[in-house]
Amino acid sequence: MTDNATTPQETAGSRTALQALRAVFMKLGVLPFFLAGALVIFTVLSDRFLTFDNMTNVFRQSVYLTLVSMGQMLALITGGFDLSVGAVVALTSVISALAMVALAGIFPDAVWLVIILGCLAGLGASLVVGLVNGAGVAFFGVSPFIMTLGVSSVVAGISLFLTGGVPVSGMPYAFADAFGFGRIWDIPVPVIVALVAILAMWIFMERMRTGAHIYAVGGNIKAAVLSAIDTKRTLIIAYALCALAASVAGLLLTARVESGEANLGGTIALESIAACVIAGVSLRGGIGRVINVVLGAYFITLAQNGMNLAQISSYMQMVLLGGLLILAVIFDQVRYRMMMGRA
Amino acid sequence: MQTVIETAALTKRYPGVVALDAVDFELKSGEVHVLFGENGAGKSTLIAMVAGASQPSSGSLRVNGEDVNFQSVADAREKGISAVFQEFSLVPTMSVAENIFLGDEPKRRGFTDKSGMIHRARELFEQLDFHIDPKALVSTLSRAEQQMVEIAKAFHGQLSILILDEPTASLTDREVDHLFKVVEQMKARGVGVIYISHRMQELKRIADRVTVLRDGRKIATVAMAETSEAKLVEMMVGRAIDEIYPAIEARPGAPILEVEGLKTSGVKEAALTVRPGEILGVAGLVGSGKSRCFRAIFGLQSMTAGQVRLKDRGVTGASCRHMMGQGVYYLPPDRKTEGLQLAFTSRANLIQGVMVGASSRLGLLPWKDMRAKAEAVAESVELPPAYRDRLAAQLSGGNQQKTLFGRGLGKDYDLYIFDEPTVGVDMGARAAIYGLIKRLTESGKAVVVISSDLPEVMNLSHRLLVFSHGRISAELPREEISEAAVLAHFFEE
Repeated sequence: MTDNATTPQETAGSRTALQALRAVFMKLGVLPFFLAGALVIFTVLSDRFLTFDNMTNVFRQSVYLTLVSMGQMLALITGGFDLSVGAVVALTSVISALAMVALAGIFPDAVWLVIILGCLAGLGASLVVGLVNGAGVAFFGVSPFIMTLGVSSVVAGISLFLTGGVPVSGMPYAFADAFGFGRIWDIPVPVIVALVAILAMWIFMERMRTGAHIYAVGGNIKAAVLSAIDTKRTLIIAYALCALAASVAGLLLTARVESGEANLGGTIALESIAACVIAGVSLRGGIGRVINVVLGAYFITLAQNGMNLAQISSYMQMVLLGGLLILAVIFDQVRYRMMMGRA
Repeated sequence: MQTVIETAALTKRYPGVVALDAVDFELKSGEVHVLFGENGAGKSTLIAMVAGASQPSSGSLRVNGEDVNFQSVADAREKGISAVFQEFSLVPTMSVAENIFLGDEPKRRGFTDKSGMIHRARELFEQLDFHIDPKALVSTLSRAEQQMVEIAKAFHGQLSILILDEPTASLTDREVDHLFKVVEQMKARGVGVIYISHRMQELKRIADRVTVLRDGRKIATVAMAETSEAKLVEMMVGRAIDEIYPAIEARPGAPILEVEGLKTSGVKEAALTVRPGEILGVAGLVGSGKSRCFRAIFGLQSMTAGQVRLKDRGVTGASCRHMMGQGVYYLPPDRKTEGLQLAFTSRANLIQGVMVGASSRLGLLPWKDMRAKAEAVAESVELPPAYRDRLAAQLSGGNQQKTLFGRGLGKDYDLYIFDEPTVGVDMGARAAIYGLIKRLTESGKAVVVISSDLPEVMNLSHRLLVFSHGRISAELPREEISEAAVLAHFFEE
């Protein structure tokens, strides 16, 4: 290594400490440092922050962002990103609510059939959005930025058009009771859904062929082609799964607010990208781990919770979140250069 | 003649590699000093530092007797040092004249003087006897023309040291003559020229002195008049040629690949046959179509006409995924952009090769088997264990190339197409790679070696195709392969 961050005056002890920090940074990125910083700062600012109740509460709140971030991670690992996840959350909410209301009129006695079909309608609509995103990127070579930005506008417009901007109410109570507030073995249902999704995503990325292909396509698409990988199919699957993950979050949020709302998920695109980047998912593609992303989403939610407890206004929170994202990207840049041996 | 450049113990280290190891080098005004050596010997590293494109790890650089510490190419230009690198620094969407004056635009009343720029560019081309329209967009020029623009760019402004990094790689004979005339003019004006090449013919024509580099070290500096071709090659390679290339036995079988009337961008017409148990060599200049022909066969670029048959089945226009499924492996010439996953470890790259042939159970890949197989592959390509868990980006050229070869051993292919198999690798890795090629061939695989390294294809091939201007100009059996015979077909129209 040619760089010399340490000066000769420093003791051997501080040097090994620095090296250890450097090793942690190389392996895990900026997340451990951000998490430690947040814990210290918010514990100082509020004595209600570092309590068992609050920490589990944060975990419960982070479920929605975790789901969306895992999807976002797929898009990022392929070397793109998905700005339409927020619009997908809203679309899922509106479509599933409208479907449940309409179906409830047809099958007034089969509540669970109505709920299942309503959820499938929401998931199906999102799948279509994901496939459109994927096809645009894979077949027409549209940059993911423009493709998903455009689709985001289209989808948000459709949601608002369908509802006229008014929340859709009149869904079966069982839906909110089960998915919004239900508990199994005293664990909230949304948490169970998220745990299952995390496990499924981990198996998908670490143990299955398509997961490995997603890493390869983002790492070097030409090399992926020369490794007999169907890059177009891989891209489409990545965007489709991204939309589905956002859609599941949309269903859970709809159950939580007990109505179909076209303005759900307004800030979640930015938050999910921030969660991923802080968790060490590279914006250049090819790099990112499921477990880290789960922690990244937890960190974002934790920071928001801490800022709420410290009575920082929501406007100021937007400023801080954006700043944090940019900071994380800068550190990602530094880390990438260190990894590639050109620091 | 006065010394214009002097380096003392100049060293460049990258993580894991010493690219240049304590090199003393000297350039006098009015001489052409050739840097001679194989790919990866450190020639480009040395001139990058002289031209300010990178900074030395240690050692000193003196220009006109004073110590300098260039931080950028602009710093070097201020001292009159201009370099033409192999990788072009042209902006394709701008005109020729704009490119030549980029960063140094002539001004009139505070505005860029477009007509003055075009006028001066035209004068420059006249002086160099290049026939290029200064108003043309760079993207519309051929590679050779772009090379000429790059050279013109170096010539403009006050020039006391000119660096040319294999400038003739894509030029025609006539253009090369022009270039050499210009170099002579520069010499007469007292400009010192550093010239990188590994072509013996060029050395004989223009070199005054030659410095031979090998594996980052300086072997010797000799006057061209006092040395011989054989001596230079021996210094470059470090041993006599016949020690490097293994004797490979040929047992050709029935054709595995048959190509007729193939046409594709860059290839006018090609027909060929590949047999198992022998090495088919493919030689030709850059741009002769030798690589494109096989890329089209493999499905990396589209064919406009022709038939391709693999194991007696038509595979014309098949995708490269399909070709790999049918047992064909293609090793790309540019391992960094096309070959490797640079942000993955070497092991992960090898596993990717294994994954091609692995079958999943219930959707899950057999990771344990795959890891074991990747480990076995790493052994067989002689990749040292210490490097297996390093990122591919951090490996030396040789270990990167071994990794790329290893990817092709992850599955049992029948036909291996190696496009520039040893570009930019050191001697040790080269020997290992030739050993692999020998093993594959003698175990009955069909092997194609496409190479711009003439001694390499001449020594490995059992049969040699020579490409020229998009056609196969000759097919030579082993006993007819000689440098004279091959070169004669290089320029055939």
